[in-house]
Amino acid sequence: MRLTAEQDLMMSGAHGSVLQRQMRLLARLGTVFGATEMVPIHSVQVSGVSYKSLGDPGLEFLEDLASQGARVRVATTLNPAGMDLHDWREMGVPADFAEKQLRIMAAFRALGISASPTCAPYLTGNVPRAGEHVAWAESSAVSYANSVLGARTNREGGPSALAAALCGCTPKHGLHLSENRQPHVVVEVAAKVTDNADFGALGYLVGKKVKNRVPYFRGLEVPRNDDLKALGAAMAASGAVALFHVEGVTPEAGDVDVEDLPAIVVPQEELDATYQALSSTEEAQLIVVGCPHASLSEIAVIAEKVRGRRLAAPLWICTARATKDEAVQLGLDEVIQAAGGRIVADTCMVVSPLERMGVDATAVTSGKAASYLPGFCSQRVLFRRLDDLLRGGGMPQ
Amino acid sequence: MTGRSVSPGRASGLALVSPAPIGFYGGVDARTGVVIEVGHPLEGRSVAGTVLVFPCGKGSTVGSYVIYGLKKNGVAPCAIVTAEVETIVATGAILADIPCVDGIDIGGLRTGDRVEVDATAGTISVTDDHG
Repeated sequence: MRLTAEQDLMMSGAHGSVLQRQMRLLARLGTVFGATEMVPIHSVQVSGVSYKSLGDPGLEFLEDLASQGARVRVATTLNPAGMDLHDWREMGVPADFAEKQLRIMAAFRALGISASPTCAPYLTGNVPRAGEHVAWAESSAVSYANSVLGARTNREGGPSALAAALCGCTPKHGLHLSENRQPHVVVEVAAKVTDNADFGALGYLVGKKVKNRVPYFRGLEVPRNDDLKALGAAMAASGAVALFHVEGVTPEAGDVDVEDLPAIVVPQEELDATYQALSSTEEAQLIVVGCPHASLSEIAVIAEKVRGRRLAAPLWICTARATKDEAVQLGLDEVIQAAGGRIVADTCMVVSPLERMGVDATAVTSGKAASYLPGFCSQRVLFRRLDDLLRGGGMPQ
Repeated sequence: MTGRSVSPGRASGLALVSPAPIGFYGGVDARTGVVIEVGHPLEGRSVAGTVLVFPCGKGSTVGSYVIYGLKKNGVAPCAIVTAEVETIVATGAILADIPCVDGIDIGGLRTGDRVEVDATAGTISVTDDHG
């Protein structure tokens, strides 16, 4: 591994034992994956933030790092926490959980990391440009950064992303290299994919088929960014897709060679069947949207749909704190609350202790949430389009 | 046997061999060092002080922090030996300063063997073949 003078100082311990261990970690991981040098990075997204996933060992690790005076060297944002950091009591989060979660946030702040947690940092200011190298964890954000923005990141784990933030670099291999960004398979979409939930369903079934390969989509009619967010998140959850291309849409799609690639066709029946495959109940207690975190325009659309109505079941919209603040200023929060909904910031259904909050059946529009809720939160799931759920489909009458 | 150095250091201890991958997050109790994954071949056994031998890690990347927690709580293995390259275990061993070697054919090791690990050189040797 060739190191720069500064990286060599970190490796030799000249900047202290904390950085030495973190640099040693990056160098070792780089060697394992065949990297011969590091690449400087512009930003980091750290996963492993909820107390539910970190537990006490993670909490203590972060507190040790913070107490040793470690500081990040690049702009670093955080994945969702296990609760709304302001309104956790109203959410019904247990107090013992909240106490540990707040200690985790304090440790991250001490490390110099933004304490506004979101899984969609590209909606709230952490926006790498095309060709820029970053080190992101959070599989859905990795997919969005690579595919929609054209930035370059591998699928980092929580600890390796944090090491990259502290050292300011990451091993140069995998998706940092142009040759690894070529597609492996063409996906011909022969189904009507229009609703945001359709993109989640499509992502779920394509992720299962292509696993960790790079798919190239044909037949998608100018999807919105929110649709690409849903598509990528579901593919990263059911498979390990870190990069996808969409013909005529994503920034690198025009530069790749798709001749002679194997093709998969997705017919309408298969997309329709995914709605059943992702559902394990006909009746849910709670509707949750915002996986990945909702954009302001998604919140505005929901507010218009529920304006002046009373929903059959409570609705949570998960989003970043900054987006919630804008929604409050625009009066959207008020409209949603009047209908029986709530804009929940800093967290999401998957990393919250939903199973300890008296909820065991959840309705979602996200392919990613539908994949994870049964295992992470012991939920039965109803996967439907938003309009169906807001009309009261699948809710106790 | 020669493998590759993942985390440097030397240690000697009795092998605890798992034929199945170990998922540290949710699979091993960081307070006690006991394997708690239901149905795991090592369920109920403690990894404390052992040369822990297994094919590879599995599960959440947060598992690295569990390995760190084992060390902090004084119940970590004295060394880790794995068959395959895998980032969760490599990350945990490096962060916790636990000697670790990978790329070893673990089929030749049995629980109870006394094993010397030179993780700086990336070698291991069985000094007392159990049974």
